[in-house]
Amino acid sequence: MKFEEERAQAWRVDLRATMKAKDRTEIPRVRMPELDAEYRSRNNEEVNMGLTPEMAMLEAKRCLDCVNPTCISGCPVSINIPKFIKQIEIGDFLGAAETLKDTSALPSVCGRVCPQEKQCEAQCTYIKMKKEAVAIGHLERFAADFERESGNISVHEVAAPNGIKIAVVGSGPSGLSFARDMAMFGYDVTVFEALHAIGGVLKYGIPEFRLPNVIVDVEIDNLRAMGVTLLTNCIVGKTISIEELKEEGFEGVFVGSGAGLPQFMNIKGEDLVGVMSSNEYLTRVNLMDAASIETDTPVFKGKNVAVVGGGNTAMDSVRTALRLGADRAIIVYRRSEAEMPARKEEVHHAKNEGIEFMTLHSPIEYIGNEKGRVTHMVLQEMELGEPDASGRRSPIPKPGCLKTIEVDEVIISVGVSPNPLIPASVKGLRITKWGTIIVNEDTMQSDIPMIFAGGDIVRGGATVILAMGDGRKAAAAMHEWVQSQKK
Amino acid sequence: MNKIVHKEYFSENVVKFVIEAPMIAKSRKAGHFVIVRVGAKGERIPLTIADADIEKGTITLVVQKMGVSSTKLVQLNVGDEITDVVGPLGNATHIENFGTVVCACGGVGAAPMLPIVTALKKAGNKVITVVAARTKDLVILVDELKQYSDEVIVMTDDGSYGEKGLVTAGVEAVIKREKVDMCMTIGPAIMMKFVSILTKKYEIPTVASLNTIMVDGTGMCGACRVSVGGEVKFVCVDGPEFDAHQVDFDQMLMRLGGYRDIEHEDMERLNCKLGE
Repeated sequence: MKFEEERAQAWRVDLRATMKAKDRTEIPRVRMPELDAEYRSRNNEEVNMGLTPEMAMLEAKRCLDCVNPTCISGCPVSINIPKFIKQIEIGDFLGAAETLKDTSALPSVCGRVCPQEKQCEAQCTYIKMKKEAVAIGHLERFAADFERESGNISVHEVAAPNGIKIAVVGSGPSGLSFARDMAMFGYDVTVFEALHAIGGVLKYGIPEFRLPNVIVDVEIDNLRAMGVTLLTNCIVGKTISIEELKEEGFEGVFVGSGAGLPQFMNIKGEDLVGVMSSNEYLTRVNLMDAASIETDTPVFKGKNVAVVGGGNTAMDSVRTALRLGADRAIIVYRRSEAEMPARKEEVHHAKNEGIEFMTLHSPIEYIGNEKGRVTHMVLQEMELGEPDASGRRSPIPKPGCLKTIEVDEVIISVGVSPNPLIPASVKGLRITKWGTIIVNEDTMQSDIPMIFAGGDIVRGGATVILAMGDGRKAAAAMHEWVQSQKK
Repeated sequence: MNKIVHKEYFSENVVKFVIEAPMIAKSRKAGHFVIVRVGAKGERIPLTIADADIEKGTITLVVQKMGVSSTKLVQLNVGDEITDVVGPLGNATHIENFGTVVCACGGVGAAPMLPIVTALKKAGNKVITVVAARTKDLVILVDELKQYSDEVIVMTDDGSYGEKGLVTAGVEAVIKREKVDMCMTIGPAIMMKFVSILTKKYEIPTVASLNTIMVDGTGMCGACRVSVGGEVKFVCVDGPEFDAHQVDFDQMLMRLGGYRDIEHEDMERLNCKLGE
């Protein structure tokens, strides 16, 4: 059914009539309840506590159920936002969860990690009225959590099996999103994961206090229930080649192999012990649970920890350092706070927890002791110049303004390169000079017709939701392509 | 799953395992490694593949008891499953007919050297293998290496087996005796450093197989980074083999020791548990 037709249904019409638009706009935006900053900064409990049903239903009233729901166009997976919000308004929380699942493979994940302020909420009518947008993200999380906690988790309907085998490389957001849609179309989908756990960045990257693993696991179990096969410890391009997959009858391959090698800044002392990438730091803590005394993987629990960068990964790293017992945990970012790519909520949470922000600073050297362990970092003060290619004002060094601070751990979070394994192992695959796979932007199809790709392996570094959007787009296009081959 | 089908003690602390891993057995080549994890709380550790049998679907790993993870692995027995085995990782050894190749290996480095020696011999090289260890008990795989080497020279620090002296003495003796076109070295970082210094003096191209700290092993974490010719390289995806003369071994040694204090504490904890 089209959005307009759904909007014209009697229950929606009646619901709109129950309250004047003006009264709806008078309701203040809900505030997400969060754990006390002091308390949470020393443990791994999820910071956001979620809305109560009363809070959610009141917030849902704010949504005007617009004729032209621009919010939907802001969503990379085109969730029917007004519909699920109106379902919340009438108390049909399970129905709202159903609506989310029509288009999203991981609703409870997106409700937590999407940069809504740049997507759906940025397109909300309220913004034009100079008011705070409807809290779409909070409501999404509410509906998904309500369903999970109710125990009535619905498994989305799948088409009759068509017997066509499809392989997915990587079990992160793009791969899972793709797998789900293909399973819905009736394909026999197998996901190959290199690590020992399913979930990709949702497991190794995003910390527990922002996205608990149990939530990811429920979404993964739901995929299993839809018939998707998930294999760990199998690296396509190493353990098994794409050629071999073809021989085994796979007719399409979606590559969502994600981020790869961390970028470093190539400055003096970056090789010192205690200087590491956020990929390494977060993988140790999140995937390997290294902070626990029960596990074998070690991790440094620095007392003076500097994290270089201003993205979500930097925020995750610095807040993790605090939770592992840092006395001082600092964000070192070369631009000003306005240019930070991190979600606003993460910056806000970090500040509440006592993270120091050294903006307009950039490291130029690390100094170590006789054991090679980092002890100090030298920072160059910066100022903002003209806008660069990214549209952000570019930082330029302020001559003569250097300072040295004490650190015993430094985490570099200045970006990643795409994972090199697939581009290196598939002959004829066209890649950019950065190592990303070149695909048709509308279909996500590569130069090798049976190979589609999405997420960080195509974008170089993006968000969970953009990766999921790629997965959906690729699934629709591969479905069409496979079917056209059959004719 | 990855069941252990054979276990053999080379010495008290060095164990050979044959493990079911049919897909890895099929796709691995000399020089490749796997990442192994023992138990749900285990660490991911890289181990170079010593051998494989495609028909039986097995791979061979040789493990030296060093830290917590290798100790836990060595305690497993035939019939036990290894929680995770993933690979083959890294790039295969570049094999061609170089002429005369000296393969210098130390300690358990003899195990990953075995498939390289085999491949070099099959490619038509004259292969002289120098096997070194502290003492006789730690010298492994001499008979197997002899099968594909034109000559095997055994060196021990204490002279309990073969010649008394370090691996470099054995390598240098060969270099002084005949023309050597290529050197390959696998062993402790400090040993490879000195082999590299020696062969650089004689301008003999040398390849070292590096075994750094890794977490994921698949090109994601960057823990394994080394400086090669002044550039940052990642052992897991750019290596594990590099031009030894370009490797900054001092930096590598420094980084290898990074977690020593934490590992020491973990080891003491494990020993306490084992003692209980």
